[in-house]
Amino acid sequence: MLKIDNLHVSYGGIRALQGVSLEVPDGKIVTLIGANGAGKSTTLRTISGLVKADSGSITYDGQELLGMPINKILEKGIALVPEGRRVFTNLSVLENLRIGAYLRNDKAQIEKDLQWVYELFPRLKERSWQMAGTLSGGEQQMLAVARALMSKPRVIMMDEPSLGLAPLVVKGIFDIIRQINDQGVTVLLIEQNANMALKIADFAYVLETGRITLTGTGRELLVNEDVKKAYLGS
Amino acid sequence: MDVLKTTLPYIISGISVGGQYALIAIGYTMVYGILRLINFAHGDVFMVAGLMMVYLSASLPLYLAIPLMILITVLLGFTIERVAYKPLRTAPRMSVMISAIGVSYLLQNLALYITGGLNKNYPQIPWISDRISLFGMETSRVTVITPFLTIVLVFALVMLINHTKIGMAMRAVSRDFETSQLMGIQINRVISATFIIGTFLAAVGSILFFTNYPGVVPTSGAMPGLKAFVAAVFGGIGSIPGAVIGAFIIGIAESVIKGLDTILIVNGVISEQIGLATFSDAFTFVLLIIILVFKPTGLFGEKSTDKV
Repeated sequence: MLKIDNLHVSYGGIRALQGVSLEVPDGKIVTLIGANGAGKSTTLRTISGLVKADSGSITYDGQELLGMPINKILEKGIALVPEGRRVFTNLSVLENLRIGAYLRNDKAQIEKDLQWVYELFPRLKERSWQMAGTLSGGEQQMLAVARALMSKPRVIMMDEPSLGLAPLVVKGIFDIIRQINDQGVTVLLIEQNANMALKIADFAYVLETGRITLTGTGRELLVNEDVKKAYLGS
Repeated sequence: MDVLKTTLPYIISGISVGGQYALIAIGYTMVYGILRLINFAHGDVFMVAGLMMVYLSASLPLYLAIPLMILITVLLGFTIERVAYKPLRTAPRMSVMISAIGVSYLLQNLALYITGGLNKNYPQIPWISDRISLFGMETSRVTVITPFLTIVLVFALVMLINHTKIGMAMRAVSRDFETSQLMGIQINRVISATFIIGTFLAAVGSILFFTNYPGVVPTSGAMPGLKAFVAAVFGGIGSIPGAVIGAFIIGIAESVIKGLDTILIVNGVISEQIGLATFSDAFTFVLLIIILVFKPTGLFGEKSTDKV
């Protein structure tokens, strides 16, 4: 289980997180919803080690992650699909996938996992030799997810995977999230599209200006009046 | 036919000079590619490599002096990055550039202090500095060796970058630091590797270059460094093939201009020396201005394929 306890993070004098606590149980989909600037991305970036925390703790299976270098956190099995896809546009699709497995040395298993992600995303197989920069936005998002999967994560964190994508493509992404989860990978998801996120989430947290204000199962929050008003637009 | 016959020796020596510039230019272009930094100290590291060779060969046999010189130069390049650039990783780019200029002057002044500003005779390296005759021109064997050695080294480098894990990491880091880190790449190691490769090539280049010159002075690195930099910009800074081709073009042009008086006299265009050779350096910089005005990204400059 990934557990965050009383996490405080600030940068440039702005207190981005002010005592966030949350739990991501193994094998579940947990979503974090909230407005822009609420601290959702900061939470994920702190877990992955990109951002230093002021205080608090982040543990995975009881082991403290705060202060651990980024590559060690990835080795523990926690991968981040960054906001805005951030595929390596100057590398081929295949190279992007291989670089996802950068820390792994189990060559045979890497080849198997490559086939696995190609099954999940047949489009990527077709384009395997193309430069990632030539892919469409939706394909790049798939590549970003596939790349993270190549690290063989136990927890995959996704920062706004549906951002800027056509509705049909968004549906595809959410189907994939569910498939990944069915294969035993824990998912921590950030979404603007609260409606879709809450529908697939086992648990959800609402983040407002650096604090958790509401928590419950996805279904509970989906029918919660406050959530409806603020995030579901009804 | 006469024109070709009189020009050929200059072209050949130009190819050789171009190869030497290429080995320096790769250092500029790789560091720029990954850090977006013009490493102003690179030319001076090249000069230090020359001086190091002078001092090491005074007390050691060449078969020890050469590898030791290369090793120390590589260590110097590595150390400069760790000490002067790494602490500024998150600082504005201008700060790193100023730091690079600082290192450049530091090296020059240290060299001035150590040598007293005197010309230090570069050691004769047997075999490569042997005189040979080529197309009726008296030259040293280094002229022939340089282009081949350059091509072999460039080929090895391109293979490394395109077909190895560290090469893939280099390309990834050159595009996006943060996402590279998310892949588990330790960017400082990749950056160090880049400096090591760049200074290694400059150290090899220094042997080929200084063999043709009487000696090394503290400012010996400035001109070849600057020309290699122009070559890198000309080819499209960040691109390795670009830097190499740019270096060969500049080397050949420079050498032909140096011999232009003679070529013209032999072919009966003019009857006496008119001093065109003086313009050989100027040509390089005119070329820089032209390329910056008409094609700022250079011959092989990165075309952006990013989708927003």
